[in-house]
Amino acid sequence: MPRSQKIALGVMFAFFLAAPLAVYPVFLMKAMCFALFACAFNLLIGFGGLLSFGHAMFLGTAGYATAHAAKVWGFAPEFAILFGTAAAALLGLVTGLLAIRRQGIYFAMITLALAQMIYFYYLQAPFTYGEDGIQAVPRGMLFGVIDLANIWAMYGTVMAVFFAGFLLIYRVIHSPFGQVLKAIRENEQRAISLGYDVTRYKLLAYLLSATLAGLAGATKALVFQLASLTDVHWSMSGEVVLMTLLGGLGTVFGPVVGAFIIITMENYLAQLGAWVTVVQGAIFVICVLTFRRGVVGELGNWLKKPL
Amino acid sequence: MSDDFILETRGLTKEFKGFVAVQNMSLKVQRGSIHALIGPNGAGKTTCFNLLTHFLEPTRGQILYNGREITGSNPANIARLGLVRSFQISAVFPHLSVLENVRIALQRKRGASFDFWRALRVLDGLNQQARELINAVGLAEYENTAAVELPYGRKRALEIATTLALDPEMMLLDEPTAGMAHQDVERISALIKKAAHNRTVLMVEHNLSVVEHLSDRITVLQRGEILAEGDYKSVSANPEVIQAYLGSGHG
Ligand SMILES: Nc1ncnc2c1ncn2[C@@H]1O[C@H](COP(=O)(O)OP(=O)(O)O)[C@@H](O)[C@H]1O
Ligand SMILES: [Mg+2]
Repeated sequence: MPRSQKIALGVMFAFFLAAPLAVYPVFLMKAMCFALFACAFNLLIGFGGLLSFGHAMFLGTAGYATAHAAKVWGFAPEFAILFGTAAAALLGLVTGLLAIRRQGIYFAMITLALAQMIYFYYLQAPFTYGEDGIQAVPRGMLFGVIDLANIWAMYGTVMAVFFAGFLLIYRVIHSPFGQVLKAIRENEQRAISLGYDVTRYKLLAYLLSATLAGLAGATKALVFQLASLTDVHWSMSGEVVLMTLLGGLGTVFGPVVGAFIIITMENYLAQLGAWVTVVQGAIFVICVLTFRRGVVGELGNWLKKPL
Repeated sequence: MSDDFILETRGLTKEFKGFVAVQNMSLKVQRGSIHALIGPNGAGKTTCFNLLTHFLEPTRGQILYNGREITGSNPANIARLGLVRSFQISAVFPHLSVLENVRIALQRKRGASFDFWRALRVLDGLNQQARELINAVGLAEYENTAAVELPYGRKRALEIATTLALDPEMMLLDEPTAGMAHQDVERISALIKKAAHNRTVLMVEHNLSVVEHLSDRITVLQRGEILAEGDYKSVSANPEVIQAYLGSGHG
């Protein structure tokens, strides 16, 4: 890891360690869940060059699966999270096999269409409780000993999940696999002509992205003790695009910053009601027009250091 | 005697919506030779390469490589069989360094790279070999430069180094010297000559002095059909070939 990234990682760790002193921990946990979601999304588009417009299906599916497992089946939190993540991975495999051969906008459209089908399924399926969602999900005892009803235990767990996920993504990007993925993004035809089965590489990237997005959704369901339609709605798929672009597509830390900005805005602008969307839209337009690389992308470019 | 031919096509045809780009082409490439494919613009040379490597699906016809039919094989498979192509428009990975570009090819020979949990460090073992290839094409001083920043001629050299990293049995080069300054042309043609030492090369080339200097055999294409075939002397004396070149100009 280059020095600039080591420093950024240290700053991020210190921030999430110290921030609960000044900011509501629930807000920070929400930010971390969305940050992980955005990082997972960024893995796919920023490093695999694939724009998915249906990533909410992984966030939401993992949320429902985790909530159902914890509440109805009485799974311990670690297994509920694992189960939710696995559900997202499975969905990733199925949708990936259907979508991965499509290029560019067609890939985006197929993922959107698949996500809409999933949404309507959850809207109808009885176990999701429709508009109400699965409420009062028990957080349970982690490993049988740590009571997650305790906010600090929950906070520590979320932080551990977030950093584990973040570091895994970092590793994927900087692995032999990540290197091939970059090559495919840079020049797919050439990668094929060198003998790479590019579809398989893309499928693995998609699968990893879906799984990690699922991990974020599963954790989020325990934090809020809720799984609802919001997380599978198409607007959630749009929001993660926004977070990633705002923070910096293809940067390591950008999605974290982007997620944080969006969540903060939603939190503090909540009284504006529907206007939040308008403000977000405006920010998006400004971002695209003025700093295309996103906040972290521009910063890295200015410092001439990878971030 | 068919063993002498590493590549053979039989009645290869490609139609685009009724327009025939390659017509009934039967081509044989001798093992270990440098074979040039020439012809005016739009003759179907690039299309032919696309068919051979299955970047395009032939409408009709067969392709045999080492006596084995590869007509329906997919492009990545064909590359793994040892038939590796380059592109008319220089194909590098622009934001990877020169070293990384070559290493991507070496990495493929190491096996499938699905190991997403390993550190990049495991590829360091390939650096030495990558450097040798980079030196061989005169890019030593650019090792850490992003490919996008290289001048055009150097990009083509990098592309050849990357192709050579696969140690292909047969190379297809599409206009390797197009758009190059004089001294670059000489460097690249020397490179091709050296690379062809223990492999077969099929190349599309417009620079006739390069063709004359390098090729053992020449096939002239016109409007998708083979017009003439032979060594440089016989082909360049062929009135039909002269007519085709003067008639439509080349470039
Ligand atoms: N994908 C395609 N769709 C339609 N026509 C094509 C396509 N590719 C090539 N052609 C046509 O086929 C002919 C041969 O093209 P090409 O093989 O590129 O020629 P060359 O490389 O000999 O200059 C040209 O007339 C070209 O316009
Ligand atoms: Mg051509």
